[in-house]
Amino acid sequence: MDWQPGTDLARLELRARYLAATRDFFASRGVMEVTTPLVGRAGATDPWLDSLQLEGVGPETGIPFYLQTSPEFYMKRLLAAGSGPIYQLGPCFRKGEVSWRHNPEFWMLEWYRPGWTLDELCQETCALVDQLLGPEPYHTLSYKQAFLDVLDLHPFAASLDELRQASHACSGIEAQSLDRDGCLDLLISHQVEPALKARGRVLVRDFPASQAALAEVTQDDEGYPIARRFELYVEGIELANAYQELTAHEEQARRFTADNEQRRQLGKPQVTEDRQLLAALQAGLPPTSGIALGFDRLLMLAAGAASLDEVQPFSYQRC
Amino acid sequence: MANVATNEFKGGLKVMLDSDPCSMIDVEHIKPGKGQAFTRVKYRNLMTGRVGEKTFKSGENVEVADVLEIDMEFLYSDGEFWHFMKTDGSFEQLGADEKALGDTHKWLKEQEVYTVTLYNGAPISVTPPNFIELEVTETDPGLKGDTAQGGSKPATLSTGAVVRVPLFINEGEKLKIDTRTGEYVSRA
Repeated sequence: MDWQPGTDLARLELRARYLAATRDFFASRGVMEVTTPLVGRAGATDPWLDSLQLEGVGPETGIPFYLQTSPEFYMKRLLAAGSGPIYQLGPCFRKGEVSWRHNPEFWMLEWYRPGWTLDELCQETCALVDQLLGPEPYHTLSYKQAFLDVLDLHPFAASLDELRQASHACSGIEAQSLDRDGCLDLLISHQVEPALKARGRVLVRDFPASQAALAEVTQDDEGYPIARRFELYVEGIELANAYQELTAHEEQARRFTADNEQRRQLGKPQVTEDRQLLAALQAGLPPTSGIALGFDRLLMLAAGAASLDEVQPFSYQRC
Repeated sequence: MANVATNEFKGGLKVMLDSDPCSMIDVEHIKPGKGQAFTRVKYRNLMTGRVGEKTFKSGENVEVADVLEIDMEFLYSDGEFWHFMKTDGSFEQLGADEKALGDTHKWLKEQEVYTVTLYNGAPISVTPPNFIELEVTETDPGLKGDTAQGGSKPATLSTGAVVRVPLFINEGEKLKIDTRTGEYVSRA
């Protein structure tokens, strides 16, 4: 019987050290640690995130609860209640995601900086990563520039046919059923990310507006609508995802509805929208920048490990 | 045949890709954080032996290939087909052609048991056991006393295969050969 953990003792100690160092980092900067529930009556509506569901959490029957895919909604309710800068370090759950860099249960470091711009948050993120992984230079480029550099393809100006041809050419996928975002996701994961691997630490900003999720939308220098978002890639691994947070409750409500409509078209179950988040936004969320960082992936990079299984004591296959 | 969805993909699964039966070697879940999920498959085309890669949208279905791997004993060759018999007690016989036999002709011995891959009931490939014992039919005379390390020399085996053997090996001796590398292991 294989009962042993995937981590050796050195990596178990590394995890403990990194947890402590992360808490020190935020304590020294006056960011308060919070803990919010892992379950909720509402879940993430993102069409491409699937929540694990629980029944029988309370005495009522027939009410689904969701294991949270990130602590975002609860933390925004704290921000709206006047918490000031906060961070959380804890588990999140994403159904069905298993690979060398995915585990259905993983640890997320998520923090919010009310009143900060995305650039300020970006600097703080780099400072944290420098402290934990050692200092290294960062390269910043736009999503558009990354596609132009790696694929010689303009992700916003290219026609759907061109995107489909490029997707099929690099992966053999039957691209006729892919929409624009599907093609862009395929190209970034199959072509752009591997090319970023050689560039060390890369900040990719200005994602397509269609991939705004919970970020504000604006226009780029050519007038294309873009999401005010950046992602940090380290050695080609997507490590952190930051937003200039959407604060308008009407727009948030519209995105919930649009997500669930897309879920319906995909044949996926509807997800209960978070009305309490909408009420909190209506009451007023200050302009805020926020970021979520995959803590286990950070450990994987720190340890030079080949998979999450080597840094999580008991990954999916050992549970 | 039935279909199989991406969440059931795994190494060893036999599916139809580009109209050929293929065996999955490696399956990887790929997903940008908030983006769409894909399943990238590395596979071997069982007809051509070529290795390829193909990505599927998560949830996509592919047709399962009617592929079976069974143990069969080699009986004889009639020059056109190589005849094998099932070892399950049915005594059923099947003939593999030269293409299906491929490189395994080098390791073919009567009464030895091989793994025969059947596609729609017909043999498409024959895999030898990892180790096989074969007799030396031709080699330079052995050097007496030279049982230690030293040089090697070519030896022709009863199947026609030529392997490098230690200098002390003589004609008529039986040798254990690793069929995966084509290397001499020991005297049998």
